Amino acid sequence: MSPKDNFYRVKHLYSRAGFGISYNDLQKLSKKNYEKVVNNLIKPPKAQDNILLIDSALSKQQMLMQAGLYSKKDLTDEEKKQRQEIVKMQNERSRDLNIAWVEKMINTATPLREKMTLFWHGHFACRSNNPMFAQQLNNIQRENGLGSFKTLLVEVSKSPAMLQYLNNQQNRKGKPNENFARELMELFTLGRGNYTEQDIKESARSFTGWMYDKDGSFVFRPNLHDEQPKTFFGKTGNFDGENIIDIILEKPQTAQFIAQKIYKFFVNDTPNEAHVKDLADTFFKSGYDISAMMKKMFMADWFYSPENVGTKIKSPAEFLVGLSREFYVTYNKPQVLIQLQSSLGQYLFNPPNVAGWPGGQSWIDSSSLMLRMRIPSLVLNDGEIDFSGKADPEDEAIIAQSKAATAAVNANVKPKSYVDSKADWPKFLDTLPKGITPIELAEFLLQPKLNNKITTMISDNKGLRSTSVELTSMPEYQLC
Amino acid sequence: MNRRNFLRSSGFVAAGSLFVPAFMKPLEAMALDELSLYKNLVVVQLSGGNDGLNTVVPFGNDIYYQKRKSIAIKPQDVIKLNDMQGLNPNMAALQEIHDQGWMTIINDVGYPNPDRSHFRSMDIWQTGSDSNQFLSTGWIGRYLDSNCQTCKFPYTAIEVDDSLSLALKGETKKGIALKDPAALFRNTNNPFFKNIINGDKEHLDEDNLGYLYKTMIETSSSASYIQNTSKVYQSKATYPQSGFANQLKTVSKFISSGLKTRVYYVSLSGFDTHVNQINQQGNLLKQYSEGMAAFLKDLKSNNKLEDTLVVTFSEFGRRVEQNASNGTDHGTANNMFIFGGRLKKQGIFNSPPNLSDLDTGDLKYQLDFRQVYGTILDKWLDVNNGDILNKKFNTLDFI
Repeated sequence: MSPKDNFYRVKHLYSRAGFGISYNDLQKLSKKNYEKVVNNLIKPPKAQDNILLIDSALSKQQMLMQAGLYSKKDLTDEEKKQRQEIVKMQNERSRDLNIAWVEKMINTATPLREKMTLFWHGHFACRSNNPMFAQQLNNIQRENGLGSFKTLLVEVSKSPAMLQYLNNQQNRKGKPNENFARELMELFTLGRGNYTEQDIKESARSFTGWMYDKDGSFVFRPNLHDEQPKTFFGKTGNFDGENIIDIILEKPQTAQFIAQKIYKFFVNDTPNEAHVKDLADTFFKSGYDISAMMKKMFMADWFYSPENVGTKIKSPAEFLVGLSREFYVTYNKPQVLIQLQSSLGQYLFNPPNVAGWPGGQSWIDSSSLMLRMRIPSLVLNDGEIDFSGKADPEDEAIIAQSKAATAAVNANVKPKSYVDSKADWPKFLDTLPKGITPIELAEFLLQPKLNNKITTMISDNKGLRSTSVELTSMPEYQLC
Repeated sequence: MNRRNFLRSSGFVAAGSLFVPAFMKPLEAMALDELSLYKNLVVVQLSGGNDGLNTVVPFGNDIYYQKRKSIAIKPQDVIKLNDMQGLNPNMAALQEIHDQGWMTIINDVGYPNPDRSHFRSMDIWQTGSDSNQFLSTGWIGRYLDSNCQTCKFPYTAIEVDDSLSLALKGETKKGIALKDPAALFRNTNNPFFKNIINGDKEHLDEDNLGYLYKTMIETSSSASYIQNTSKVYQSKATYPQSGFANQLKTVSKFISSGLKTRVYYVSLSGFDTHVNQINQQGNLLKQYSEGMAAFLKDLKSNNKLEDTLVVTFSEFGRRVEQNASNGTDHGTANNMFIFGGRLKKQGIFNSPPNLSDLDTGDLKYQLDFRQVYGTILDKWLDVNNGDILNKKFNTLDFI
């Protein structure tokens, strides 16, 4: 393979497996053995890299207090205030957690790890108003994102966030709640059409007693577990949740379902059946080793074929993180990152439902595209947004209670906000080779092949900085 | 049987114009002309879960007063519509609208296995899904996708907001979100943007890049069309000072200037009244009613009320019993308001909520919200509701 070919391969790899790459890193990696480049991406970090923003001791204390307040019948005004305070604090911490993760993605030294976390974040889509639960689930998805799918699945199923979101907390012997059991098969493993309603019922009974306790730790409660035999996919036994997961993993349809989703996320919205089968077979034969499947994909020639390069629409997270990472952007008021996510249709930790974000062309409508095309000049040139977006439905209670917000609702225009961000231009320009031409810069910043229009638009050479803003404002920049 | 019913019952309209034999085409065109292309639907979303029982108050039912000791609306304050139900006193502006016969209230609209999460229930209402089904397209979006005679323009559906709701997103077509037509027009006319969309059409393939260019070009042409059509229109009506009224004023401007848009979408938020509900909800209902009354009278004076149907929903109602904080918690079935100049049944459409037959403290629904959608799709937007809602729903007789 020629160095130039390798250059484009690495660029594509980092655009899909990460959030882009700097020019000098790209040059360095193009000279390396390709398999080493891929291995290096997959390799786990030396030290633990969980998000540890939410202090668990403090959260547990708050949860105990909250549980106490909720169980009381008549609250004093003081207690009511306390309860509101806790909710308010949790909402604030949830926003902090969101920002911490976005900044982690922007600055990470292990981009595939964060990209996998983002993938599993959408796959095991979940909402929790408890920031500790949300942080815990996010860390589970990060720690196991490139490990064993079985471990990941068991850990997610035991996480308080998921137990709460899919009502397993209410799933008890004699009074089964099927919500988790249904989504486990429909959305997390087998996919629609590969199980019966009876399988859901039996699975739900097997997960009875999987709960979390008052301070938010997983607990199995034998007295709430249905000990009677269950028949699941033709097997009969006194199954518990882990037995059910084992039986589900024995089915190659699970490998097929996950492989197809991975393909759609990393390769192309339209699955190629032969390629998906390649991945599914590797995944299944490896005993559900996620790294094995990812390596197979990144080493496959088809991953780099023209129909798969520069043809996927970036998700809002990929777009925002990629832009910020490329230009070393710091956000003085990082809350703006939340506003941007929500206006672009992907407010992390707040998926539309348990099926996650639909992705692909659904990211783009007239208003989201117009905003995407304006964001580079706002973020890189410190502009002003006159875009207030919509309130998140979960914030309605806050809106209803806050007088200030009422005023904003009444006027229906929030005050203009400044992005207040700073790109590190000297650092960015430093990564570029001396004498780089605008065309070369365009070839680097954009994933699709250049066309006449782009080359004409940038040919007047307004300088690398202006050209960069111009290039990142183009529709081509929306693709990876 | 008139021509339109004949066409529908013979299945031609439902199947789409592709299957209409050539000799039928002029008839179809005539039928549509008769219907007027300009029939408008305005969807109003009340976000947060509006408390329907304190909106349309069942003052004739003692249980209401037993369950809501500190937040019930006193009988003498209710604006009575019949001997059982009446409006919250903050909705006085709607009295005249009711008396004119421009308003219908449908009680107890909901769906099986109701979800009490704002997010999920809003998702269900916007997509028109079952409660255990996940759709990634909205019901208006799928109406756009159906590519019917009445929905072929990129500006067929407009949301007066900064961002587009799921309700207006289809698989291949989407509505357009804009708060200010002039601002969108400016943005699509800046030299950089113009430069990108002008000239060669080499990008207009079926792939994702083609889709981006197509979206830009449609946004640009819609922005020009909307701005140029509506800028000459000057409304003479006065609207109250509120964000909600402003949205309706924009819609009225679009309708009155003859925009060929079929569906408008606006929203008002803040209805999640867990605490001290009376003032908060009262304030919002006042904004809602005064804005709506001004809007409907404005349309009437422009002879557009006959061609306009307004429908208001919220993602759920609230529990029958109040909570300990002088508020209400998330519930289930709720009432819907329908406004327009051509209502078949005016006033209160169906029987009031049965407060003595509850499902663990919540109202049972009488009508599925998709019957309301289905009625609108069949009788107002002239498409077969089964094609849009994925199964056929029985229609109601309010239009």
